[in-house]
Amino acid sequence: MTDSAFVVVRPGALTTVQDLGRVGHAHLGVPRSGALDQPAHRLANRLVGNAEGAATLETTLTGCAVRLRRPATVAVTGAPCPVTVDGRPAAWGAAVRVAAGALLEAGAAAHGVRSYVAFDGGVEAEPVLGSRATDVLSGLGPAPLADGAVLRLGPPGRPAPGVDGVPHRGVAPELVLPVVLGPRDDWFTPAGLRTLTTGDFRVSAASNRIGLRTEGPSLERAKDGELASEGMALGALQVPPDGRPVLFLADHPTTGGYPVVGVVPEPYLAAAAQAVPGTPVRFTPLGRASWGPPARRNVAGGLSY
Amino acid sequence: MTLRSLPVGEHGLLIEVDSGEAAEALHAELLRRAAARELPAVREIVPAARTVFLDGLADPGRLATELPGWRIPPLDRGDSDIVEVSVRYDGPDLAEVAKRWGVTPEEAVRIHSGTEFRVAFCGFAPGFGYLTGLPERFHVPRHATPRTRVPVGSVALAGGYTGVYPHSSPGGWQLIGTTDAVLWDTARNPAALFTPGTRVRFIPARGAAGPAPGPAPGGTAP
Repeated sequence: MTDSAFVVVRPGALTTVQDLGRVGHAHLGVPRSGALDQPAHRLANRLVGNAEGAATLETTLTGCAVRLRRPATVAVTGAPCPVTVDGRPAAWGAAVRVAAGALLEAGAAAHGVRSYVAFDGGVEAEPVLGSRATDVLSGLGPAPLADGAVLRLGPPGRPAPGVDGVPHRGVAPELVLPVVLGPRDDWFTPAGLRTLTTGDFRVSAASNRIGLRTEGPSLERAKDGELASEGMALGALQVPPDGRPVLFLADHPTTGGYPVVGVVPEPYLAAAAQAVPGTPVRFTPLGRASWGPPARRNVAGGLSY
Repeated sequence: MTLRSLPVGEHGLLIEVDSGEAAEALHAELLRRAAARELPAVREIVPAARTVFLDGLADPGRLATELPGWRIPPLDRGDSDIVEVSVRYDGPDLAEVAKRWGVTPEEAVRIHSGTEFRVAFCGFAPGFGYLTGLPERFHVPRHATPRTRVPVGSVALAGGYTGVYPHSSPGGWQLIGTTDAVLWDTARNPAALFTPGTRVRFIPARGAAGPAPGPAPGGTAP
């Protein structure tokens, strides 16, 4: 029980190894990947004294449980959940010292979707193109956690800083996502763009690390036909033929063939990653980027760029 | 070359041109400028069918303003190394593709293996390249209903493109053959056998230059 590893006792619905992702390989078809709630991932690392790029575990709704083979400082952040060590309650959002042989459990999320479990030294895995992130779209990086799997931990670094704990930033009753229109807003009618910014959308249960799918009204298209494949951004709102926007998250494909009506800026994506199915979604217009070509029309909400 | 700059969020720029060839030329020029440090810092440069997408720009508007003044040389087909990929032309759709082309399957193999391809862009999966080179009269549509599983190494056609599936996955392209070539290997640098700009030629595997009588082994073709 002294090797630097942990054993997966309960993998949960989907628990993956995540870090800040792999940047700079989109031209080879490689998604960025990485933690969906990056602030929570970075915070978990800070609490245990890791660099922000160290790998953590990202759970989905039902948490996970692991048995440690070496003593470790751990911290659970992101979606609030009961944290226990050998069945005894421990702090969420704070550094917790766990003895070798003890069972660490992050329970089901009380609010939100994804919790982050950081260990001092970080989760070790063979980096692929500079990242240890699991990419569910293309299968790069370590496999999602499975019952009985053994994962290595890195050597513990300096002692954890004296951060007592952090308040949860709270769960908003609805997800409000600002949208910069473009590049393909001209594929939609003025009524379609009004639908985007005034329609009642909800988070679909079919959402995953690739995209947050929405249920709700359908955006009316001004152009039919196919759009040639083109590069996709993190935060892109792609509109497939059913007219319901899909918000691209970290494992999104690097190119796609459906029009992107707008892009949600990166700082808002963590909240999107924590929105449970059924959460109301409101898209608020930021207009086009200030340098963009003049709009061919005005959009509801007083937009005139 | 006509350039159209479109905003993609706060830090992205999608540059649209009027042909695939123009997109390849623009991509080559962007890479040349990036190597010569004449391009602002950028996180990703992603070529596609008619566009090049730049992500992670501090000031995309400034680049958009400068672009119309650029001189973009025509694509240099050059004499860079050519990647040869050995293919068994045994795909379940070879006969249908030949019929669409109005030729025998043997002639279809000669046409495909006699074409010099070029990787225009990548996407869909790591290591999946969109290869151009077939004349327009040989373009074929995708299947209306994609197969749920296309075997790894399948050589396939859709629209004007040829591609090779780096992993087994769902897919709607017309399957004309299979290869043992490793399209994606993270232990290799670069991991992708096909990177944008790579020249490619498909070589019929000895003794397998004709269509197989039945569906490809391991396939789950409908």
